[in-house]
Amino acid sequence: MTLDWLLQHLFNGMTLNMFLQHLLNGISLGSLYALIAIGYTMVYGILRLINFAHGDIFMTATYFAFFGVVTFGMPWYVAFPIVLVMTGLLGMLVEAAAYRPLRDAPKISILISSIGASFLLENLATVIFGGVPRPFPTPEIFTGVVTLGNGLMVQKLIFYIPAVTLVFLVALLYLINKTKTGMAMRAVSKDHETAKVMGINVNRTISLTFGIGSMLAAVGGIMWGMKYPQIAPLMGVIPGLKCFIAAVIGGIGDIKGAVLGGFILGIGEIMLVAFLPNLTGYRDAFAFVLLIVILLCKPTGIVGEKIAEKV
Amino acid sequence: MNKKRNAILTIISILLLALFLVYANNFLDIYVVRILNVCAIYTILGLSLNLVNGFTGLFSLGHAGFMAVGAYTTALLTMSPAVKKQIFYMAPLIKPLDAITLPFPAALIAGGVLAALAAYIIGAPTLRLKGDYLAIATLGFGEIIRVIFTNTQNITNGALGLKGIPATTNLWWSFGTAAFTLVVLMSLINSSYGRALKAIREDEIAAESMGVSLFFHKNLSFIIGAFFAGIGGGLLGNLLGTIDPKQFNFLFTFNILLIVVLGGMGSFTGTIISAFIITIANEVLRFLDESIDLGFIVFNGKLGLRAVVFSALLMVVVLFYSQGLMGTSEFSWDRLFDKSRWGRIFQRKPLEKGGTDQ
Repeated sequence: MTLDWLLQHLFNGMTLNMFLQHLLNGISLGSLYALIAIGYTMVYGILRLINFAHGDIFMTATYFAFFGVVTFGMPWYVAFPIVLVMTGLLGMLVEAAAYRPLRDAPKISILISSIGASFLLENLATVIFGGVPRPFPTPEIFTGVVTLGNGLMVQKLIFYIPAVTLVFLVALLYLINKTKTGMAMRAVSKDHETAKVMGINVNRTISLTFGIGSMLAAVGGIMWGMKYPQIAPLMGVIPGLKCFIAAVIGGIGDIKGAVLGGFILGIGEIMLVAFLPNLTGYRDAFAFVLLIVILLCKPTGIVGEKIAEKV
Repeated sequence: MNKKRNAILTIISILLLALFLVYANNFLDIYVVRILNVCAIYTILGLSLNLVNGFTGLFSLGHAGFMAVGAYTTALLTMSPAVKKQIFYMAPLIKPLDAITLPFPAALIAGGVLAALAAYIIGAPTLRLKGDYLAIATLGFGEIIRVIFTNTQNITNGALGLKGIPATTNLWWSFGTAAFTLVVLMSLINSSYGRALKAIREDEIAAESMGVSLFFHKNLSFIIGAFFAGIGGGLLGNLLGTIDPKQFNFLFTFNILLIVVLGGMGSFTGTIISAFIITIANEVLRFLDESIDLGFIVFNGKLGLRAVVFSALLMVVVLFYSQGLMGTSEFSWDRLFDKSRWGRIFQRKPLEKGGTDQ
């Protein structure tokens, strides 16, 4: 009994090739989720707060890329790094405007402020960029298909996305674990006051965390635009929510957890649609159901540690 | 003396309101009456969200889902069998529903009860969560309700939505229900249950150690909030005449949240005032979305500009006036006639800080 046979008989004639295709799709979607989820988890780790605007920062990045390549006619290798920097600055701007003034305010106010920032970005995007979806200008180098050994044809992008994700993930882990800046971030996420006493500029570190998280969202956004080549002002809402969920599933505050959660969610979603086509309409609900199951069984996520509440 | 005066003043203001409604019903044009209806319905929705968010401190973002449950239930129970047969052409409506037609009040209550039931099912697992986890879980449930409504073709007509809902909602229904909601919620808040809810808002652990059952009271607040959200949704559906799942997205919850935050989380008076302000501003600022030719000058509006104003407003309120219009205080005649208080306000001396920072 081979896997091929099992698939064929259990799931309406799905072949091994189809299964592989779905798996690859799931991995690349999972990588995108992971990149965005890291932004959530970093901000949560340092501020204990959902950055509702993160999905909209991701959306804005795709528009930056669009204007860089189409309006200003820049080649992609010039445009994309500029997009990363600009998105990072946007993230810092959002932090300075919506979060910093409320540093000592009750948590519920900060949460409302972040929802306000999210809606403001969405609506500004609708006004400035127009509500009509635009085609994403995918550079030629990233298009095309390759044929694998057993006649399986897949987009080249499906391999590029996980590879790029891996590169940025390694860079991020290096930054956090091996550099002084990373040490400052880890210190601030443990305890703001003590970090301040140790001579760390807390505001600058938080701002930097937002910047780095937003840059990773920009990387995710550019590749998202290539994979689903249509961009719209509200495109960030659902991926944003799902990636927050991915971060919670993995264990919020932990970067490896966010990556793990991203892959679980991405692969799970693709497989749900592949194996149970009747449930296609419920695809967007899958993440939320998973979230609730996780929160009930293991509220701190898969890799998260249990934190006792201080009275 | 004061008690008697207050009672008389209350009766006079209720009579004045009733007179105004009679006048509005007979002399104001349909457009204005519709806006007044929406004001009252948003008041109901705002009050119910304020009970959960403002008074109990549960940051719930799933309100639109409960409204959807109420709106669909009421609509399906009041539509005539002929209309139902006509609009359910993709898949026929399931058995008992296709023939039932209930009177409006019964349908409204059914909508509220179903929304409360949904809240009970949702609340049991999620109300154990706190803060932003609760926010995201309730938001998720709101989305799940919407996804389910989009996919159950033979109950909700899927993405096509419901059309031809009888326009039963009028000023008497909407203002009457709003007043009823206010009375019920006020008496709840002023009871021992209400004090328990506020205790939970201030400090869960302290409340629990004083013997307040967190689970019971959180559920109570959540279910009552959802009940009135369902009724508000029902009124809205039978006012608009058409509903579809897309209407009940997160943006709807955002609007209600804006009303609650602007009015002051923990003040019913504030919610009522801001429900009227937001709804009327929504209409007055409509010009921002359109281009107007005033003859001598052409104002170029842009689609979405109105929404920018509202999201900026929310941020300004949270950043600079986190207490909202009323903070946690309520309107009372005694306060209105308190001369020393007005003196303080006009001399620009700060009022003593009231309520909490929640």
